[in-house]
Amino acid sequence: MLQSVFIPVLYLVSAVLFILGLRQLSHPRTAPKGNRTAALAMLIAIVSTLLVKEVISFHLVIAGVVVGGFIGAVAARRVEMTAMPQLVAMFNGLGGGASLLVASAEFYRLGSQIPDFTFSAIANSIFIGGITFTGSLVAFSKLQGLMRGAPVTFSGQHVVNGAITLSVIVLAILAIQGSMEMPLVVLIIIGLSLLLGYLFVIPIGGADMPVVISLLNSFSGLAAATTGFVLVNNSLIISGSLVGASGIILTNIMCKGMNRTIWNVLFTAVGTDDDGGTVTEADTYQAVKSYEPEDTVVIFENARQIIIVPGYGMAVAQAQQMVAELGKVLEAKGVQVKYGIHPVAGRMPGHMNVLLAEANVPYDKLFDLDDINPEFEETEVALIIGANDVVNPAARYDTSSPLFGMPILDVDKSQTVFVLKRSMNPGFAGVENELFFNDNTIMLFGDAKETVSKLVSELK
Amino acid sequence: MSTDILVQIYVFVLAIFVGFEVITKVPPTLHTPLMSGSNAISGITIVGAIIAAGSTEIRVATLFGDLNITAILGFVAIVFATVNVVGGFMVTDRMLKMFKR
Repeated sequence: MLQSVFIPVLYLVSAVLFILGLRQLSHPRTAPKGNRTAALAMLIAIVSTLLVKEVISFHLVIAGVVVGGFIGAVAARRVEMTAMPQLVAMFNGLGGGASLLVASAEFYRLGSQIPDFTFSAIANSIFIGGITFTGSLVAFSKLQGLMRGAPVTFSGQHVVNGAITLSVIVLAILAIQGSMEMPLVVLIIIGLSLLLGYLFVIPIGGADMPVVISLLNSFSGLAAATTGFVLVNNSLIISGSLVGASGIILTNIMCKGMNRTIWNVLFTAVGTDDDGGTVTEADTYQAVKSYEPEDTVVIFENARQIIIVPGYGMAVAQAQQMVAELGKVLEAKGVQVKYGIHPVAGRMPGHMNVLLAEANVPYDKLFDLDDINPEFEETEVALIIGANDVVNPAARYDTSSPLFGMPILDVDKSQTVFVLKRSMNPGFAGVENELFFNDNTIMLFGDAKETVSKLVSELK
Repeated sequence: MSTDILVQIYVFVLAIFVGFEVITKVPPTLHTPLMSGSNAISGITIVGAIIAAGSTEIRVATLFGDLNITAILGFVAIVFATVNVVGGFMVTDRMLKMFKR
């Protein structure tokens, strides 16, 4: 009774709570409760599993939970909000790694009596889990600066990746047919999938990271779902599918934000090193208008509305607190302050929103692309902090630009555009931005945090 | 194909649809917490890891003598999945508390 009815019912309760928890994430007010509901669902699933009759020894389980729980708690407490993309990449990788390990463990546990369907599920789970594991480690290294962010390419890359995928499928079929030893095939598939994860992420540049992280997030869920097929456990299938769906939705939104297909992101290396630049510096500096912060006070003070557009540069300079401070100072002077956030600003979906929330900017001042774009025409000042490609007007009409067709924030339609930038170097797509040369654009060169803090003290 | 497998496929397909319906409603401003939270949920693999680490007495011959490979793999999987679960839910909670009106 306990085994056949009670435990499946508990798993069902847990699945329902996961869905309810995710539903509560649809509003910032109910979201904290939603997250706790999902955590409760996880607790129920874990406790139910401890009651499963096959689970007879608890030493390793307790040891594993203590070690993992400690590492997880420390990471969650210590991480800087600017480093969230790295943390999420790492967590994605661990999820994929766990699926690979569980599928392999189940393979050794079942010994020689493996049904065909279970073996193909094991092969699948190892394959997706392995790609997720090493792919996420590469994404982590790029984001953390342990590896160059620029794409690493070699000729025939796609052919190699395709050949690896094909060989995994062929090997799995040969093993099921009995023409190859299963244990050997499992080891080869583990090796190939780990290699493929690495090869698949190294050619992808820094600015495309939001897509990659979303995709790997989806993979980590799908890996868990396939592990559910291995273990004949609906709880894993349901939860894994929810995460898989979530990742697919985010991937899709990120691709739309860049007007590129997922295939284009994965198979076309776009980007340069952070210090890349092709034009002779002196000429470009002469062609733009550049002010010192103190020269801008009048323009700010006379504005009715200003829209702040943050980008990855704000995160790099850790300028979010200072930006929020600037917003408050301006509001105290009666200026309406709004924030316009591009879907792919930063290194992961929602990156800018979290940084501004950390700096106590109320979430009802953060606007999406579609909601804020009609407002620029009636706005006196657009203040761009560390964003570049997402405000490049060439995306609208220049068919030769790699950015062509990408939805952009229409900052150039406001009366005055201030651009905070370290130098004239192009953005991650490596494209010159004509916005900087417009008559209504004024450059404020320097570190974003320092410039904003100077603005704050001038305005106070 | 056995009914067992068919039922699993049904569950898989329906759960993907439920996921699409529910998650489409999450606003862009919460996309980072959505990712870290769903990340924690993908730590559900811990269920499989517990079964692997806690259930077997089978020993497999290896280069290093007879080892219980399943239990060792299960143990490492538990560590990975628990980091995911505990870290994921905690950091999501930390982030969500920052979103104020």
